[in-house]
Amino acid sequence: MDATGILQILLYVALIVALTPLAGGIMARLYEGKLTFLSWIERPIYRLCGTSAEREQHWTGYALSLLAFNLVGALAVYGLQRLQFWLPLNPGGMAAVPADLAFNTAVSFTTNTNWQAYGGETSMSYLTQMAGLSVQNFVSAATGMAVAVVLIRGFARQSARSVGNFTVDLTRTVLYLLLPICVVGALALVWLGVPQNLSPYIEATTLEGGKQIIAQGPVASQMMIKHLGTNGGGFFNANAAHPYENPSAVVNLIHMVAIFVLGAGLTNTFGRMVGDTRQGWAILAAMGLLFLAGVGAASWADAAGNPALAAIGVDQMTSPWQAGGNMEGKEVRFGIALSALFATITTAASCGAVIAMHDSLMPLAGLVPMVNMMLGEVVVGGVGAGLYGMLVFVILSVFIAGLMVGRTPEYVGKKIEAREMKLAVLVILVFPIGILGLGALALLTGPEAIAAPGPHGLSQLLYAYTSATANNGSAFAGFGANTVLHNTLLGLAMLLGRFMVIVPTLAIAGALAAKKAVPTSSGTLPTHGWLFVGLLVSVVLVVGGLTFFPVIALGPVVEHLSLAAGTLF
Amino acid sequence: MWTHLRSALVLVVIMTALTGLAYPLAVTGLAAMVFPWQAGGSLIEKDGHVVGSALIGQKFDNPAYFHGRPSAAGDGYDAASSGGSNLAPSSRKLVDDVAARVAAARQANPDEKGGVPADLVTTSASGLDPHITPAAAAYQVKRVAAARHVQVEEVRQLLAQHTEGRELGLLGEPRVNVLKLNLVLDARWPLRGQGD
Repeated sequence: MDATGILQILLYVALIVALTPLAGGIMARLYEGKLTFLSWIERPIYRLCGTSAEREQHWTGYALSLLAFNLVGALAVYGLQRLQFWLPLNPGGMAAVPADLAFNTAVSFTTNTNWQAYGGETSMSYLTQMAGLSVQNFVSAATGMAVAVVLIRGFARQSARSVGNFTVDLTRTVLYLLLPICVVGALALVWLGVPQNLSPYIEATTLEGGKQIIAQGPVASQMMIKHLGTNGGGFFNANAAHPYENPSAVVNLIHMVAIFVLGAGLTNTFGRMVGDTRQGWAILAAMGLLFLAGVGAASWADAAGNPALAAIGVDQMTSPWQAGGNMEGKEVRFGIALSALFATITTAASCGAVIAMHDSLMPLAGLVPMVNMMLGEVVVGGVGAGLYGMLVFVILSVFIAGLMVGRTPEYVGKKIEAREMKLAVLVILVFPIGILGLGALALLTGPEAIAAPGPHGLSQLLYAYTSATANNGSAFAGFGANTVLHNTLLGLAMLLGRFMVIVPTLAIAGALAAKKAVPTSSGTLPTHGWLFVGLLVSVVLVVGGLTFFPVIALGPVVEHLSLAAGTLF
Repeated sequence: MWTHLRSALVLVVIMTALTGLAYPLAVTGLAAMVFPWQAGGSLIEKDGHVVGSALIGQKFDNPAYFHGRPSAAGDGYDAASSGGSNLAPSSRKLVDDVAARVAAARQANPDEKGGVPADLVTTSASGLDPHITPAAAAYQVKRVAAARHVQVEEVRQLLAQHTEGRELGLLGEPRVNVLKLNLVLDARWPLRGQGD
């Protein structure tokens, strides 16, 4: 990769760092209830839902409201898919989606995963895409934000019984944050070339006289929320690699910024709400270190190109006339640097959109997205989900530090005790259970879905179960996931990875909110310095590394070593 | 629990109306008013017919046209079924496929020695990549010039004029839009049997 590639990566990092305090400040005001200019829309919504902005909930009530909302939402998406043939806005004449696929898709979109076992332009009507999938893009993102805010309130409040009101948090997130950004952003995308229409597919007569049917649709409106909400579900099968979803590098930059801006901003919101912005910056620094390591590894591995292709006369050298490198499954306008950057961003966050086919990445470049997800997507992460995931790791880190110095661990003024630790460990165990447990079950019962022979086949299955458990949604797309078995098992992995994390997190928040603050003393471990950042990064890496190293060694590492030795499968 | 479910149902209905219908329909309406060409898919018309989209690649086999990348979308450049090959870098099938394309590219461009530019023999992520690299275009210049009976240097100049640099001088990669370039070729040196 050349200097321009590195410059593009640095520009992106600088943009995110610059936007973090801005987004963080707006969100802090929003969740502290200081933004009120839309209260005339809010009030009737709350009245219809039988609540009000002033009525707060205990964490258990909050959790019940959240689960009920997600259940109803999933049923709505399921119903729309099953009935789309008889419903309006279906110019492509899409048939009803089969039950197992509809279940998988409904779970996938409500859990903010957006795993797609279907191709958008070949199976979903415009109505399903808009009133089903797009809606969940908004509200599943808002759900994640709400949980993060509740955990922040847990740290910020003292001797409190309540943690907020789910209906209010969700509505405010959508009204003040997601919708306004999306309306402006979507129009900017259309200006830059992304289509937005409800036309039937266009029939073109090509220059050589052939026939080309070009799929259309309300693409721009879905693109904006799919990235801002770290959803990742493509309008088209090729996702953000499709030139309609992502026609240029400028559009691509908007997509990439949208993926990280709210997640990074929330670290700042956290700092502001607990009264010490340095705490937020320390968390962002830990995320940043892990992120840069990922981008570096992925772009290095892919820029080198494929030795098996170099051997048969393919020119993969970088020059002013071509980006070079491993171009299988890549788009010319993005080249290697942007593809590696996007692959790292989309899996660091729980987005899962792709601009290059991850299945065709070089083995070690494909390993980076996988590791990002295995670490629990705590590098910025899904909107909300990244922050609460990282705060669980923070609890683990201060606990380990507490053991080393022999004091009760504390974090931002709250004692971390047995109850919080047990819940944190429960959250961390979800990943090995989903990825390794369900993955092993799938390997035994449904290996025929694997398309690639050799070690890459294991990587395909491993990637699928990692992506589902981590609620990411990207894939090694050669994996034939659209079977009754995998639709069901992956659906379970997504539910596990979402709600078995959210419920314990809400419980931690409830327990913390009830505590009194302890004053800082000379024995308190400072959690805003580089020492703590280093400790946090190590804990994230050790927990992930020890858990998943064996299976990684059998998949991508073996493939890399075989390819270097000239073995093909 | 019933109160939770009732208020969840109401909230889902409200959010569907707001984010699922009002939002996309409002954006669709505004986009059609302000940016009708882009909103409609950036379609290119010639003699009253749609010949394609400026953003979507299409299949070229005629030696007088610049060729795009190999495509894994449907039977090739199927713009209603996008996608990549999803073959692993260690896949024997990938290496065999690429080897066949290398041989075909060398046969079609006998004047070119040396390695074939990577993008010309690998499938894109979408299967609809509208671009090739300047290297892949330069590789085809002599063939196109010969097929159109014009000077190589003239085609090379035309190519240079239609090579797009990095966006804003920094973002993305230099590239050539194959459909647009071929349209310019046809306008400048019409193929036999083509009107003007």
